[in-house]
Amino acid sequence: MSSTTNTSTQHTSTIGAIGAPSRRNTELALLAFAVVIPVFAYANVGLALNDEVPAGLAAYGIGLGVLAGIGHLVIRKFAPYADPLMLPLATLLNGLGLVAIWRLDQSALLQRIGQAGGKATNQLVYTAMGIALLIAVLIFLKDHRTLQRYTYISMAGALVLLLLPLVPGLGAELTYGAKIWIQVGSFTIQPGEFAKIVLAIFFAGYLMVKRDALALASRRFMGIYLPRGRDLGPIIVVWAISILILVFETDLGTSLLFFGMFVIMLYVATERTSWIVFGLLMSAAGAVGVASFEIHVQQRVQAWLDPMGEWELSKTVAGHSAQSMEALWAFGSGGTLGTGWGQGHSELIRFAANSDFILATFGEELGLSGVMAILLIYGLIVERGIRTALAARDPFGKLLAVGLSGAFALQVFVVAGGVMGLIPLTGMTMPFMAYGGSSVIANWALIGILIRISDTARRPAPAPAPNPDAEMTQVVRPS
Amino acid sequence: MSELTLTVMRLGFLAVLWLFVIVAVQVIRSDLFGTRVTQRGSRRESARPQNAARQTAPPQQRGQQPAATGGRRGRNAPTKLVVSEGTLTGTTVALQGQTITLGRAHDSTIVLDDDYASSRHARIYPDRDGQWIVEDLGSTNGTYLDRNRLTTPTPIPLGAPIRIGKTVIELRK
Repeated sequence: MSSTTNTSTQHTSTIGAIGAPSRRNTELALLAFAVVIPVFAYANVGLALNDEVPAGLAAYGIGLGVLAGIGHLVIRKFAPYADPLMLPLATLLNGLGLVAIWRLDQSALLQRIGQAGGKATNQLVYTAMGIALLIAVLIFLKDHRTLQRYTYISMAGALVLLLLPLVPGLGAELTYGAKIWIQVGSFTIQPGEFAKIVLAIFFAGYLMVKRDALALASRRFMGIYLPRGRDLGPIIVVWAISILILVFETDLGTSLLFFGMFVIMLYVATERTSWIVFGLLMSAAGAVGVASFEIHVQQRVQAWLDPMGEWELSKTVAGHSAQSMEALWAFGSGGTLGTGWGQGHSELIRFAANSDFILATFGEELGLSGVMAILLIYGLIVERGIRTALAARDPFGKLLAVGLSGAFALQVFVVAGGVMGLIPLTGMTMPFMAYGGSSVIANWALIGILIRISDTARRPAPAPAPNPDAEMTQVVRPS
Repeated sequence: MSELTLTVMRLGFLAVLWLFVIVAVQVIRSDLFGTRVTQRGSRRESARPQNAARQTAPPQQRGQQPAATGGRRGRNAPTKLVVSEGTLTGTTVALQGQTITLGRAHDSTIVLDDDYASSRHARIYPDRDGQWIVEDLGSTNGTYLDRNRLTTPTPIPLGAPIRIGKTVIELRK
């Protein structure tokens, strides 16, 4: 995209990559490292809690190692030029999550209230399913551009997925505040996690076609570009949908995620700062508007503004949550270097300690330095995604990679920010770490698509078209 | 398990975790530095000394120009190059002291889509007085200023048509 005929003499830069090697062996080495770290942590938890190396150490280590190894072999075969970091980073996060879930499984308190016990085994099964989906994506999705054909089907699919929890009889009657689960047999599924990916496909396909209209047809007013009314249509529709999710499913996180992802992709597609201004204004207006009548959202905001007060109230009045304060205490007691694996008391958060609040366990047991490392690992995954978008040769792949990594980043921000008290708490899961089948499986699929795009992007360029310089210059014959 | 062992394991784990992060960053180091960002404008600037070796009247470095020739350039100095005939009609290039190359080669400033142009056909550059010079680079069909085929580097009068194949360009204020 960058090296078009350039007749302007402005400082235009061209970016030429030095031929990228496939880096598969780097990936294998890092992958081994990424499996060893959780095994170390696992042994550490066992030694701290029971003074012995846990019996399941070999099983968990081999299980994680085999899953990651299969993933690696499939990448070697089907995506040989893929980014070397994505698989190891995701494997490490998943492994650390497994250890933390297993560690909380050992808590008698959580076992008594049914929040723990055997969850780590379940999570390992979910991980296996996630990696199976990653493999399926790599094998069956030969070229990410085929997804472009399903732009509008994706839109319909995403809407259906989002609306499923509202269907009577299908939506799970769980009193967790938000209606985002559906019940299939004995499983509960969060369709929103999958809708994230499907919606990114729709946005990428739509914006690829419409971005010129959105970028160029605008009036300049007070330094920002005002879009035309008809171009504003789609952003209004997405905004309305995300507000409707917020109203009917009371799921602040998902609605923030979808709208944020759309604004990010819109900005990348059009390079217009005004879209970000509009997006922020609209999401702020929507959130304030909904919060004015939705009790559930008001409670979350209240718990954010005054966690201590909520904690006091929760002891006497039903419907108030003590979790925000307890998570902050967990971070506080962790300090800089943490208490060490297995020596914290994050199980005192009780409800959702191993899913939404899993970061508090890391905050307590690994401290600030450990959480920083984990956030850096998330940051690296996002960086690889954005880097893939930069290197991708087709606009659809660029937008899709930006959308997926943007959604991933937003999700990490929304969850981590919520648990740490930076923003109101929303019921979302920390990608890869938190306990939850839908989240783990969907995020492995997301990594699969990013790996596919990066493989296409880093593949050596096809042979250049015949060089016109080499053609003969015709000689003018004096007539 | 002794307190000491647990402390060592706790710090050891953090060290290993950070080591992983550092190793991962090292892996992408080659990605961070593995691209060449070429500033088109400055590349021409840095290519200048090579040109200077080949020709008798080396074009002046851009930075020194205004100081030496501030008075002379003043009113009649052209500010842009305009393509007035050919497939690129309407294209303008701002004249900022840089060498402009014309030809079918892809790295030319103005890439001519013209069967009668050579890949490196001609170039236009300012001499040390800020006067713009056109030089034919040994093209097959020649470069014409007004009706005359160029044999030596020639100063370009304002508005004089320079013909290269089917393309005509001129300098304007």
